[in-house]
Amino acid sequence: MYWDEDVEKIDRNELEKRQLQDLKASVKKASLSVFYKERFRKIDFDPDSIRSLEDINKIPFTTKDDLREYWPYGFLSVQKDDLVRMHSSSGTTGRATVIFHTRGDLEAWTDMVARSMYMTGMRKSDVFQNMMTYGLFTGGLGFHYGAEKIGALIIPAGAGNSKRQIQLMRDFETTVIHIIPSYALHLSEVFEEAGVDPRRDTKLSIAFLGAEPHSEKTRIKVEEFYGLKAYNSYGLSEMNGPGVAFECPFQQGMHIWEDNFLVELVDPRTLEPVAEGEEGELVLTTLRRQGMPILRYRTKDLTCIINGTCECGRTHRRIERITGRTDDMLIIKGVNIFPVQVEKKLMGIPGVGMNFLIILEREGYNDHMIVKVEVQKEFFSGDLKQLENLRRKITEELKSDILITPKVELVEPSSLPKSEGKAVRVIDNRKD
Amino acid sequence: MIAYQLSIFAENKPGRLAKVTSVLAREKINIRAITIASSDAFGVINILADDPEAARKALGDAGLTVSLKPVIAVVIPDKPGGLDKLIQLLAGQDINIENAYGFVLESWEKAVFVIEVDQIDKTQHVLKASKFETLDASALASIEPFHYMKY
Ligand SMILES: [Zn+2]
Repeated sequence: MYWDEDVEKIDRNELEKRQLQDLKASVKKASLSVFYKERFRKIDFDPDSIRSLEDINKIPFTTKDDLREYWPYGFLSVQKDDLVRMHSSSGTTGRATVIFHTRGDLEAWTDMVARSMYMTGMRKSDVFQNMMTYGLFTGGLGFHYGAEKIGALIIPAGAGNSKRQIQLMRDFETTVIHIIPSYALHLSEVFEEAGVDPRRDTKLSIAFLGAEPHSEKTRIKVEEFYGLKAYNSYGLSEMNGPGVAFECPFQQGMHIWEDNFLVELVDPRTLEPVAEGEEGELVLTTLRRQGMPILRYRTKDLTCIINGTCECGRTHRRIERITGRTDDMLIIKGVNIFPVQVEKKLMGIPGVGMNFLIILEREGYNDHMIVKVEVQKEFFSGDLKQLENLRRKITEELKSDILITPKVELVEPSSLPKSEGKAVRVIDNRKD
Repeated sequence: MIAYQLSIFAENKPGRLAKVTSVLAREKINIRAITIASSDAFGVINILADDPEAARKALGDAGLTVSLKPVIAVVIPDKPGGLDKLIQLLAGQDINIENAYGFVLESWEKAVFVIEVDQIDKTQHVLKASKFETLDASALASIEPFHYMKY
């Protein structure tokens, strides 16, 4: 029932004692990096001055912008020689952040993923089909190594190719899948078209839904259609990737692995801790990572902490489903997109006017991104072909940057909505 | 001779064409011919008007995206084979027609065929050499619009 009972059911006092010990070491380790060395010097902070967990307040928050600014090696606390892997945030080339791991970091990460999967009932007798992109994205390799550690048979299917996914499931009697929730819904239509009923024609029993926030309703839909239990998986590449927080069989929030992460929840405006039970921005500190420790990282994800022990007996606190973002990051098909990325790309294309609008639509189970782009008045020569070429160019340029093919529509200059003079950049019409 | 055609960028949504025609009506600008070329979500309205410069200003002032484009308005006989003679001539000279439309001036007598071509100077030359009559903006403006009603 437990992958690591001593850790998973650890007494809270004992946990905090360990956390303090690890925090001290982590802060010290971090101070070896260019970024934290400079930051600590600037605020005159002594890395040896941590006496309690509350002392973490003396350290300023770390943001994605810091990671970008000190890209690529400014956060390293070890020699490059000691690194064995790099990963990158999903879907972004212009604004990608990179995370490096030592061998020990990968082992710790793998262990957390294995612990998470094991918690839901996955065992070495299972056949695990990993339907996530392998590569820079952490979702593929992260789960792969976790499943391997459990000893399951892995089908590294990767993303896409729906018909082959279904074929693999049937041929090799897949029991566990890791899948993006919106893709799980889309795939259900492919199942229906093919006349295959996953309840009857497959052996599926567990799904890990990750890389994309989703609602309880989506979970229920997936569970009902496929005839399995679906578990929510939370992670971000800056904190390794998947395996940060995960649902147990009771499915009442995700246990966040506090032996590896120090958890804070702050008001995104005041940056003060929120009151118990209130929603706030999740702030995480790595407690064990050696290659690239990150202190007080603002995840920009909004959630609540569920207090009290879980029926499963694990003492690690739980967080609610992610309810939103404090920034304007969009997640579509598991890819993270910032409107500013789209803006940067568009503004570099001759003929593009002042304003644009991203509209996200859900058609059946498919998410679409529509980008309406104002045409520059002076650009228009009266030629439809010229407009079509512009549209094609915009589509290609955006696709190369955000990895999603948007539907580009050209609109008349100054025709897009503005609210109080400020351009409206995103309309999200996706609803469950 | 060169004529000018107004091209208006318009999204495919109700009311766009109505806006264009209402501006032209208010300015008492006469429309000789109108065509719409559209892609799925947007298109271009092409208009041959009697006073293209005034029309451009009025439409631009009304917030529309307009451009004035040189076209050639060729007079052809309004009878079978009339258009074919013109098209064969241009094809034989490797001139590519990018857009075209026509309207009748006098039933069974004369029609005007408006063409947008890739080589406008060469086209004029070829047409002149083959004795085709072309109309410029003022010639288009002076056409009596209701002359076919003359008995
Ligand atoms: Zn639990």
